[in-house]
Amino acid sequence: MIFIGERINTGFKTIKQAVLDKDPEPIRKLEKNQPNAGANYLDVNLGAVSGKPQDMCWMIESVQEAVETPICIDTNKPKILAEAIKACKKPPLINSTTAANDKLDAVLPLAAEHNASVIGVVMDETGTPNSADKRVENAGTILARAMELGMPPQNIFLDPIVMPLKFTQDQAKEILQATRQFTLFSDPPPHIVCGLSNISNDALHKKLINRIFLTMAIANGMDAAICDVTDRELVGAALTAELIMNREIYADSYLRK
Amino acid sequence: MQIADVKEKWTNQINTVTIGATKEQGGTRGSTITVGGQTTLPFLTFEGELPNRPVVAGVVTDVPPEDWPEVLKQSIGDEINSPAEWAQKCVEKFKVDAISLKLLGPDPSGKNLSASEAADAVKAVLEAVDVPLIMWGCGDEEKDNEVLPECSQAAKGENCLIGSATESNYRTLGAIGKADKHKLIAEAPVDINIAKQVNILLDDIGFGLEDVVMCQSTAALGYGFDYVYTIFERVRTAGLRGDKLMALPQIANVGWEVWKVKEAQADEDILPRWGKLEKRGPLWEATTAAGYLQAGADILTLAHPEAIAITRETINELMTE
Repeated sequence: MIFIGERINTGFKTIKQAVLDKDPEPIRKLEKNQPNAGANYLDVNLGAVSGKPQDMCWMIESVQEAVETPICIDTNKPKILAEAIKACKKPPLINSTTAANDKLDAVLPLAAEHNASVIGVVMDETGTPNSADKRVENAGTILARAMELGMPPQNIFLDPIVMPLKFTQDQAKEILQATRQFTLFSDPPPHIVCGLSNISNDALHKKLINRIFLTMAIANGMDAAICDVTDRELVGAALTAELIMNREIYADSYLRK
Repeated sequence: MQIADVKEKWTNQINTVTIGATKEQGGTRGSTITVGGQTTLPFLTFEGELPNRPVVAGVVTDVPPEDWPEVLKQSIGDEINSPAEWAQKCVEKFKVDAISLKLLGPDPSGKNLSASEAADAVKAVLEAVDVPLIMWGCGDEEKDNEVLPECSQAAKGENCLIGSATESNYRTLGAIGKADKHKLIAEAPVDINIAKQVNILLDDIGFGLEDVVMCQSTAALGYGFDYVYTIFERVRTAGLRGDKLMALPQIANVGWEVWKVKEAQADEDILPRWGKLEKRGPLWEATTAAGYLQAGADILTLAHPEAIAITRETINELMTE
């Protein structure tokens, strides 16, 4: 399971203040917690606080001063991405491209050049799909374009776009169905990821919904998640699901990971 | 028609482990051995990197092994009575890369020698030869917990490979490995789940897995070899797929195990039409070793000089692109 820690986000007040003050301490503190909890990547998101590439680079450098965990660059601005990718010491994961042509053109060549991985969100110019079929079609577009540039499928993380259970209850089933079909694209298949917390958006029992949905997604082939890696019950459920799917070798102390 | 590329693309590399320390590295060895570092399955040179050759360690015991067949004892000669001379013969005549010293003497069901007597044997071997040393306890964990710390200290700084850390004694082994700067063998009883568990336990007490070689126990050909083979293979594929807890080099204690089985013990009088033990025994050992090489063994212990020679040749052939 590939866990992408989601906490280095200016959506959180302490991180926003840290960026404004250029105070790396709150970031370092968070970063140290997340890898200990098993994060394989740390998502770094500058949000709307600043449009300056150097601020994103500063966040990335602050993370890298504290831990060796690879970075997941979370931005939709190509200019920021181009600078941020150079600031990464290890090949990063780019969050994200869509199946829209202009996005693919902006993101994939950069990723290929830097041996980076990319999250491919399966929406296109027409917006977020409602059906599993359309999700699969968009995923195919992203994967084909990446492979044309010589990127191996394992460098692509397809994101079926998780929708809030509370508001679009019919979507979860479509998402799981699309996930299962993504696994058939290649051998070895691309990674499949989601922004997990979307599923429980505005719900009362957020943690329970996150945990159950991730477990079901893993059963359908998902192998990565952007989530709260410090939620031990969530991580435990995911690791157990991976054992049940026979993707990891069992050991009594497997939860320590 | 274009032929599809069927090469496996693995995502992870097996750890590299070096055994032995030269003078510059704080020991007294003239050479070191490095194993691991693969990015693909054994000998698939077209598919990935195999930066280090599998190595052969010659079996030596601190006291003469009484239950060995005469054929094997004679192949070693009178030197079998002295661990130092035996080790020298292994290095000079049999051309092994390392010595694998089995500390039989302390076994409570045998001679029940003291820890300091075992440590003397360790020192004698280290003085007699300058290749890296692998040492194994007698197998009685209570006694090994007494003996191995003293032997480890006697070899302090030599960067030996010490076995074996198990689910029940990993704390003692981890502590001596850290204190005296040795590498460890993590052993499991032909059980991949316990194998992973021992690694987790060692890692949890802060003994880095980059200093560990795994042993899945060793079975001779015809006596569960196929079970162990699949474990070697599954461990290696899990490691190559990205399971860091399984991405470790592996050792097969072939020389120590093979000569316990009927096919390597009984001569033609007991097994008519099976051919002379003199020839069959070393072949049984060499064939078992060849199997473990294919399974993914990085270190093989071997006892009979002919088995050593055949296996060295096998490795040469398999490592030639």
